[in-house]
Amino acid sequence: MLNLLLSRLATAIPSIVGVVIVTFILTRMLPGDPAAYFAGLAASPQAIAEIRTKLGLDKPLPEQFVAYIGDLLHGNLGNSLSTGQPVVTEIATRLPASAELTLFALILAVAIAIPLGVLAAVKQGTWIDHTCRIVTTAGVSLPVFFTGLLFAYVFYYLLQWAPAPTGRLDVFLSAPTHITGFYLIDSALTGNLEAFWGALSQLALPAISMAIFSLAPLARMTRGSMLAVLGSDFIRTARASGLSPRTVVFTYAFRNAVLPVITTLGMVFSFLLGANVLIETVFAWPGIGLYAVNALITSDYAPVQGFVLTMAVLYVVLNLTIDFLYGLVDPRVRLDS
Amino acid sequence: MTAVPALSVPALSVEDLSVEFRTRSGVVKVLEHVCFSVDKGETVALVGESGSGKSVTAFAVMGILDAAGKVTSGRAMFGGADLLALSEHDLAEQRGRELSMIFQNPRTALNPIRRVGRQIADVLVRHGGATRNDAPRAAIEMLKKVRIPDPERRAEAYPFELSGGMCQRIMIAIALACRPALLIADEPTTGLDVTTQAVIMDLIGELAGEAGMATIFITHDLALAAEYCDRIVVMHAGHIVEAAPGRDLFAYARHPYSAKLLAATPGETVSLEQMASIPGGLPDLRRADLPACRYSGRCERRLDQCAQPLPQRTVGERHVIACWNPL
Ligand SMILES: Nc1ncnc2c1ncn2[C@@H]1O[C@H](COP(=O)(O)OP(=O)(O)O)[C@@H](O)[C@H]1O
Ligand SMILES: [Mg+2]
Repeated sequence: MLNLLLSRLATAIPSIVGVVIVTFILTRMLPGDPAAYFAGLAASPQAIAEIRTKLGLDKPLPEQFVAYIGDLLHGNLGNSLSTGQPVVTEIATRLPASAELTLFALILAVAIAIPLGVLAAVKQGTWIDHTCRIVTTAGVSLPVFFTGLLFAYVFYYLLQWAPAPTGRLDVFLSAPTHITGFYLIDSALTGNLEAFWGALSQLALPAISMAIFSLAPLARMTRGSMLAVLGSDFIRTARASGLSPRTVVFTYAFRNAVLPVITTLGMVFSFLLGANVLIETVFAWPGIGLYAVNALITSDYAPVQGFVLTMAVLYVVLNLTIDFLYGLVDPRVRLDS
Repeated sequence: MTAVPALSVPALSVEDLSVEFRTRSGVVKVLEHVCFSVDKGETVALVGESGSGKSVTAFAVMGILDAAGKVTSGRAMFGGADLLALSEHDLAEQRGRELSMIFQNPRTALNPIRRVGRQIADVLVRHGGATRNDAPRAAIEMLKKVRIPDPERRAEAYPFELSGGMCQRIMIAIALACRPALLIADEPTTGLDVTTQAVIMDLIGELAGEAGMATIFITHDLALAAEYCDRIVVMHAGHIVEAAPGRDLFAYARHPYSAKLLAATPGETVSLEQMASIPGGLPDLRRADLPACRYSGRCERRLDQCAQPLPQRTVGERHVIACWNPL
């Protein structure tokens, strides 16, 4: 199992290197001149040239690349032009916001989609099966930013049930003591109920928008996979042995059916990482997605590169987790390696 | 061949069993008025071409038909109760404990991601054959009983690590773990090599004999049926066409289909070269105007009378046929 993970990790290294090269080239090819932007509208050509020299942008590309790699190896992602802060610290402070939103949405989606899919398969053709079909159809046909905007409009603007879509916490509340960076967990750990409710009510709309979006593929895959497994020979053996319906459905069928669901989970998670950028923009969520969008608008290379690199690492970690889960469930994967 | 027991007490008696499947292309009348019985300690073979309804008969008795399959008439008397009338809950209590089944394709019939020892233990725990703590040891005992070498280690194996023959032994261990009164073995050796086939058949015969169990052995191989069974029930397109003690059937098969089947079986009397194949195929069971005798379309001895409902004729001791113009 450990060997399996190590070999997967080794195959991931070339893709990380590829990402480093491609993002470097892409950011250099983006329209816009960071020096001009930084210098401001009224700056003279000399001032702009001076800034360009200071930023190292007057050097040839290969030289810039070598300098960039050198910095990377020291764990230095450069500084943001707009804030002057090191990109590493900025990403580190914003990552928990994105992670909390994404994970919360994913857990919500899994908690609904998997029982729904299992029930739809076990009670095929009943109302629960039809509900499952409606939910999955609705989920795939609603783009995530649209659901987000719609929710903000209905639940904040019209109904006033939800707080204003302005970030992780109401301005009048102070953030809970930093432990994990996840507001829900930190406030729960410190017993800060006010912050907990505040964070939860801010989190609800963006998380539900993302959950609805990820629910569809998960429920559909769970249902399909359960149906296939329930029709297989070994389920007939289990029934012929008189095993209770609970054992048949959960211990025998579900554990086998969960394998393709894990794969879908990985796919959904990577969709969500992308959807983050949209949702964070709609809800002014101070995560890395919004950070990257702002940096992109101002031709601020370093944060964009940092963002893409962080995403690449997250994808690698995600795939390793999926492989690990797969090996945990399926002995054939575990023993093959 | 074992001797016919002196006192015949039916362990299972199937009467007038009819099963339909509702499919998109119409209702398939898969079984019609199926009658047969198995005595305690007796081994009965259910033979017929592939598609003649042998598995469906077994599934109907076990109550594990697909959702599309419906029992439209009949009884299956077992231990004083009609299995077909029991609730799913009560039937599940009996399955695996009083009546068990072994399937074709042992590799796919076992849960691929559960250790085989656990799969045996699951059945034991479910039916009170062992407590959760004792179950692993009891499972190893069962593995010893089906003569799996190195049972302690094999109990920890997954099906994909075992050969087909080993998997079938595991299936037998699961089926016999709770000492059932009736065992249905549905083509248990199809797909295994000849040597393993004999070993598995001997094992089933021996364990069944020891426990005085009634056994239904489903096969399309008459030679195998003759070797291991007391009586043979011949099935064609969802009808039972002939039932007789094995010796009698081989000596004098009365139904034209049984005779053809015998002629198609290599054995003592017929060599492989002389083997005849049965002309025609099974009729399409979705037809609304199925003939009374479903063999009549392929039969050389057909009479006008054959359009009448089939007779049940007793032509010898425990020898019945359903035919207007027997041999
Ligand atoms: N789930 C099903 N739906 C429709 N028809 C079925 C189904 N299962 C079995 N049948 C039909 O029942 C007939 C008998 O099948 P089966 O009992 O499997 O034959 P066998 O004698 O080879 O075991 C076949 O004609 C088959 O097409
Ligand atoms: Mg069959």
